[in-house]
Amino acid sequence: MTMSGTPAKWFIRTVADLGGFTLLAAEVLRSLVSVRPSFRDLVYQLYFIGVKSQSVVLITGAFTGMVLCAQAFFQFQKVKMETGTLALVGVSMSSELGPVLTGLMVAGRVGAAMAAELGTMRVTEQVDALRTLATHPVDYLVVPRFLATLIAMPLLTIEAIAVGIGSAYVVGVHFLGIDAAYSWAHMLKYVGKSDIAMGMFKTLCFGMIIALVGCYKGLNCREGAEGVGHATTEAVVTASISILMSNFFLTLALRGLLE
Amino acid sequence: MIEVRDLKRSFGTHCVLDGVSFRIDAGEAVVIMGRSGGGKSVLLKHLVGLLSPDAGEVLVDGRNIANLGERQMLEVRSKFGVLFQGAALFDSLTVAENVGFALSRSGKCTPAEVANRVAEMLDMVELPGIQDKKPAELSGGMRKRVGLARAIVHRPAIVLYDEPTTGLDPVVSDSIDQLILRVCEQMKVTSIVVTHDMRSARRIGKRILYLRDRRIYLDAPTEAVFASTDPAVHRFVNGISIPKEITF
Repeated sequence: MTMSGTPAKWFIRTVADLGGFTLLAAEVLRSLVSVRPSFRDLVYQLYFIGVKSQSVVLITGAFTGMVLCAQAFFQFQKVKMETGTLALVGVSMSSELGPVLTGLMVAGRVGAAMAAELGTMRVTEQVDALRTLATHPVDYLVVPRFLATLIAMPLLTIEAIAVGIGSAYVVGVHFLGIDAAYSWAHMLKYVGKSDIAMGMFKTLCFGMIIALVGCYKGLNCREGAEGVGHATTEAVVTASISILMSNFFLTLALRGLLE
Repeated sequence: MIEVRDLKRSFGTHCVLDGVSFRIDAGEAVVIMGRSGGGKSVLLKHLVGLLSPDAGEVLVDGRNIANLGERQMLEVRSKFGVLFQGAALFDSLTVAENVGFALSRSGKCTPAEVANRVAEMLDMVELPGIQDKKPAELSGGMRKRVGLARAIVHRPAIVLYDEPTTGLDPVVSDSIDQLILRVCEQMKVTSIVVTHDMRSARRIGKRILYLRDRRIYLDAPTEAVFASTDPAVHRFVNGISIPKEITF
């Protein structure tokens, strides 16, 4: 295999991306402790990332809760355990589906927007203009997006979990006829603080992934409209895959720590 | 004062600059000219630290900036103002926010002081009263003028112009030339203009650096360049092509 061969190129590009991504994360950390972010930029990003993502997150949470409730009910019914349905929905939504699905939806909406906006700024020399105006692009462009994503993600995830469980309750109790009191009692019994804590920790990790990947891909995109298009696609794909993979390892690690 | 010593830069296997050296003193108005794709903009970006050389030195007021980190470069860049080829105005900000960006970010001026300075700069570039417009509402010439106002608002010592008249009609190009001359005279700045517009070069530059074959081929006073009998210089200045030399 030659160095110019596709696998070698892919390997070099991947290692270079990992290095660049790590350097960006380090620069964000340095900026967070040394530069005060603009309050106005932070509020705008919170509005764009948090408020404008609500509809997509709420719809995802609601329908996931409903379908999970229906499927769990159909299986539990076979062994006469219908009242455990809401408990299963509660645990699944709190520790796994809530953070993961919120992460995937926000990666699709916000990660893509970050990559496209910063990519366009890069190819039109606006990022270079920032640098010549004695402003570090990480301070002005990345940190407000990073902080806003970190703040918005737990709130969006809580919303998704609440709406998911609420929808499951409505479907289970009112449409499938599960006993409300037993369902509620079982859910409160089996959904522990550790499930909530795991979900919140995961969603913070996913927020970091979405913001850093979106900004990294945007700031490092290739020239032209094609470059911006590639950066946007890569941001969504990379963030989504990273969320799914890290979720598995976080589950294993946190289960040992929290229980 | 800016001095470039034996600057080399390649992109992949493509060598763009190979041993470029020159010196520009404070207050000079220098034009860098050369063929399209010949490395003029790359050279300009090295002067302000937007690109790092593979080898060589770039000295700004005696300090080598070639290998400074991005945060160290921020301090050096406050001496510079740059007018980009496409103006590079921030789309999401108004004209006033664009022009006042450097002052607002510095935290050294009150909002009222920033507003006054923005108005002063917009008057200087003959675009008063457009503070609330967005870049998308401006014509090409207006964008260049606003870009220039943004570049000089913090009173830099050195102003770099990357093809300031490209894409503009002759009348607007002439007005931009006059504006550059006015900035140069009134603010006593060092002006470095990258262009292949010969009319602009003749009007603005006191000295011309001709970049050819990845090096400074000629460094001479403007009129000496236009009077040169060197075949390569003569052909470039008069826009005479040789088919075998044309690369697009």
